[in-house]
Amino acid sequence: MSENPNNWPLWEIFIQSKRGLDHKHVGSLHATDAQMAIENARDVYTRRQEGNSIWVVPASAITASNHDDGGMLFDPADDKTYRHPTFYQMPGGAKYI
Amino acid sequence: MTEKEALLSYCLRRGDDNLILSHRLGDWCGHGPQLEEDIALTNRALDLIGQARNYLQYAAEVEGKGKTEDDLAYLRNERQFVNTKLVEQPNGDYAHTICRSFLYDAWHLPLQQALTKSTDERIAAIAGKAVKEVTYHLRTSSEWMIRFGDGTEESHKRAQTALDTLWTFTGDLFEQDDVHQLMVSVGVAPDLATIKISFDATIDNVLSEATLERPADAFMASGGRQGKHGEHMGFVLAEMQYLQRAYPGAQW
Repeated sequence: MSENPNNWPLWEIFIQSKRGLDHKHVGSLHATDAQMAIENARDVYTRRQEGNSIWVVPASAITASNHDDGGMLFDPADDKTYRHPTFYQMPGGAKYI
Repeated sequence: MTEKEALLSYCLRRGDDNLILSHRLGDWCGHGPQLEEDIALTNRALDLIGQARNYLQYAAEVEGKGKTEDDLAYLRNERQFVNTKLVEQPNGDYAHTICRSFLYDAWHLPLQQALTKSTDERIAAIAGKAVKEVTYHLRTSSEWMIRFGDGTEESHKRAQTALDTLWTFTGDLFEQDDVHQLMVSVGVAPDLATIKISFDATIDNVLSEATLERPADAFMASGGRQGKHGEHMGFVLAEMQYLQRAYPGAQW
C-alpha cells in the first residue's frame, strides 16, 4: 500500500459511556501515535460528555468481512429460528442484556 | 493600596493572562495543521476563556462599580490590561504557538494548584476547576514540545528558535510587585519563588526529553503587569474588541 509519509495513520475510536457497558465504535481519526490518538479522541469524541473510557485501535489492526461474502456468511441464519431464545420471558427492568 | 485594590488587580491579571492567550489560540481555528489538532487547540482555548470569565466576573464584583465581565474584556484599553507579555506574542508557526503555551502551562499549572489553597474562597474554587483543565494543557503542550524537539531536523530547529525567542517573556511570570506581595501576605496568592521551582523542574524534564536547549537567562521583558505592553497588544485588542466597540451593547 503506497502511503504518503505526511499522512498520519488512521485509528478507530471506541467510547464507553458508563462503567460496565461496552465500548461503542464512534468514528475514526488520524494521529501519529497511540497517546496522541487517545488525546485527540478525548477532544473530538468526548466534548459533550459522551463517555468516560476511550479505546483506540490502529485501523490496520482491524480485519473486516468482505461485503461480497455477505450472502454466504449471513443468509443461512435467516431460516434457523430454533437458534433464537424466543420462548423466554425477559425479566422486567433488565435493560442491558 | 488597599487589600481590595490589590485583589482587583490580582483577579484582572489572572483573567487577562487567560483571555489574551485564548484569543491568540482562537486565531488557529480552521487553520490548524490537522483537523484533530485544530479541535484540540481550540478546546484548550475554550478552557482558557472559561477561566478568564471566572476571574473577570469576580474582578467586576470586587470592583463594585456595576461592571460585567464583558465590560472588562471589551471596553478596557491597552494600559488597563495587566496580562504577561508572554501571551500577547504573535502565533508564528505551530512550534512557536505550542512553545508559548508550554512555557505558560508550566507556570500556570503549579500556580493554579497553589491557588486551590488560597484564603480567598472564590479564587480557591476557580482554581479547583481550572487545575483539571490545565493539567491536560500541560500534558499536551509538553508532548508536542517533545515531538517537535525530538522529531525531524526541521521541527527541532523551529522548536529551538521558538524557545530562544520566547524565553525573554518568561521573566514577568515571576515578578512580585507590591500588589502581589500584599496578596501573599494575606494568603490569597502563593510566593512565586515556589512556583518557579516547579516551573524549572518541568522545563528541564521536558526539554531534556525533547533534546532542546534551555536558553540562558538574559534580559527579561517586563511591564505587562503595569499595563505597559509591546507593539502587538493594540492589534490584539483591535480585533478582540472591534464588535463591542462598533456596536456597543450588542447581544445575540
